[in-house]
Amino acid sequence: MADTPAVEVEGLTKSFGETTALAGIDLQIREGTVLGLLGPNGAGKTTAVRVLATLLRPDAGRALVFGTDVVRDPAAVRTMIGLAGQFAAVDELLTGEQNLRMVGRLYHLSPTQVRERSRELLERFDLVDAANRPVRTYSGGMRRRLDLAASLLNRPRLLYLDEPTTGLDPRSRSDVWQMVKALVREGTTLLLTTQYLEEADRLADEISVIDRGRVIAEGTADELKSSTGGQVVEVRVSNPADLDRAVDVLSSIGQADAIRTAERVATVTAERGVASVADAAEALRQAQLDVTDLALRRPTLDDVFLDLTGRAAEAEPSSNGHRPHAQVQQGGQEARL
Amino acid sequence: MTAATIDPTGAAQTAPRITLVTALSDAATITGRYLTHILRQPRLLVFSTIQPVMFVLLFVYVFGGALLQDPSIQQYGSYKDFLLPGIFVQTVAFGATQTAIALAEDLNKGVIDRFRSLPMARSAVLVGRTLADLVRGFAVVLIMTTVGLIIGFRPQFLGLLGAIAVVVAFGFAMSWIYAVVGLSAPTSETAQAASFVVTFPLVFASAIFIPPTTMPDWLRVFAENNPITHVAEASRALATGIGGVAEPLLWSLVWIVGLLVVFVPLSVNRYRKMT
Repeated sequence: MADTPAVEVEGLTKSFGETTALAGIDLQIREGTVLGLLGPNGAGKTTAVRVLATLLRPDAGRALVFGTDVVRDPAAVRTMIGLAGQFAAVDELLTGEQNLRMVGRLYHLSPTQVRERSRELLERFDLVDAANRPVRTYSGGMRRRLDLAASLLNRPRLLYLDEPTTGLDPRSRSDVWQMVKALVREGTTLLLTTQYLEEADRLADEISVIDRGRVIAEGTADELKSSTGGQVVEVRVSNPADLDRAVDVLSSIGQADAIRTAERVATVTAERGVASVADAAEALRQAQLDVTDLALRRPTLDDVFLDLTGRAAEAEPSSNGHRPHAQVQQGGQEARL
Repeated sequence: MTAATIDPTGAAQTAPRITLVTALSDAATITGRYLTHILRQPRLLVFSTIQPVMFVLLFVYVFGGALLQDPSIQQYGSYKDFLLPGIFVQTVAFGATQTAIALAEDLNKGVIDRFRSLPMARSAVLVGRTLADLVRGFAVVLIMTTVGLIIGFRPQFLGLLGAIAVVVAFGFAMSWIYAVVGLSAPTSETAQAASFVVTFPLVFASAIFIPPTTMPDWLRVFAENNPITHVAEASRALATGIGGVAEPLLWSLVWIVGLLVVFVPLSVNRYRKMT
């Protein structure tokens, strides 16, 4: 059967003492595609990856990697996967090249393969100049690239990337994105966890939104956005007191709502597309309301998350019962869950 | 060693077979990693070598004169000959705590996660780490012997080799206790503190520095049955030819084998099931 999914997860649960990290999740990844696991800190993303990477035994449920059960035959699963974690799990005291060679040997590649593959990956991830330097002299972005390179020594059919760009500056982040996209073009199946909406939007074919150990929505980025509604005209009034009146006025052209009161923003459904922008402008002008912003936009994954959970995208981190990944420094300006 | 099998999807798939050969090769890779660590930290290497040498010099010159009044030490002719074979044990016992510290650090940095996601032998990280300690312990004992010879330690050559072998083997067995400590401790600092709490009383309430005869009864009973006392006495009897070898040597071997039988499966099991 050519259509054995790369990953098939059914009813997976895992608790750490009183804390439920996974409350029964189902996932499926088709070979050659990218699944984005999107959710706030403590949602259970890392726990799911750890189960799929054979690092953690689930309490219940089933997880198959190319048809092989991760609990029953973890050794076979390990030959098919690569894992790059949230922390760059590279050896600080070894050089970049020594790191790759060590991992290559532990994959039981032949000495020639170890040498060739390490050199190839150093080139690919732009680390040739730094190859003979100890990793402790590397920048955050270089470590992350080396970690990614180490996860690829065995040419895994399935790669897990657990928050690959958390804590990176925007330039390093876009470098990592480029490299990940190239891997996907070559046919690597990818499970990507992220709390960055933009990252899931750019890299993932399918997205599963996960919150408090459950999958609360799944589909392509487009499907998720359209499930929240079509295009909207977004209006920001100058005076907070005008917000309710603006909603009244906008109701004449479609379904209007004050979505972010603190930011004085209201939206109205844009049934006529760009023409709706003109309608909205005309209606606001006639009502003599001062507006600082008026734009047509599609809903973002931010809206999707807000819509699904009723909570703002900037969710507060909660403990998920193992080592405090949540303490990693957050970088970047873009919206994150 | 891998064997090709055909999976039900019809695609060729390589099923992993961990044999003794791959397990040993994986352990050697990890030993190499930790030994590289030692060489990459020259200052740590220098100070951790000076420390045991300093202990030898301090004990010999500060306490040596006074302790030579004790008739049971007098029979050795000099305190140096009494102390050196014993203080080897102190060195390997403290050296073995490095296993706890290094494993706790690897665990916290996510390095162990990477190793556990690789198709390598489940024993390799622990065997590799403890072997690296064994190599280091052996090197430090050789340095201490050299310093001892310079200041007047006069062992029997063949007996000394036997003494070193027993001491280093005991240090290796101790490393496996610390492997469990390292895999259980939340941070490397905790691992270090916990290891010292275990190691200090064992080392000082023993026959390394003085014969336990002058200790209060309750402590003497502890000291006489302390594995470190057995190993120190075996090492001393072998290196100097004074006193009976058979009994302390037998006890030492019992302890070495006993520690390995208990702590090797315990730590490997812990590594395998870690969350």
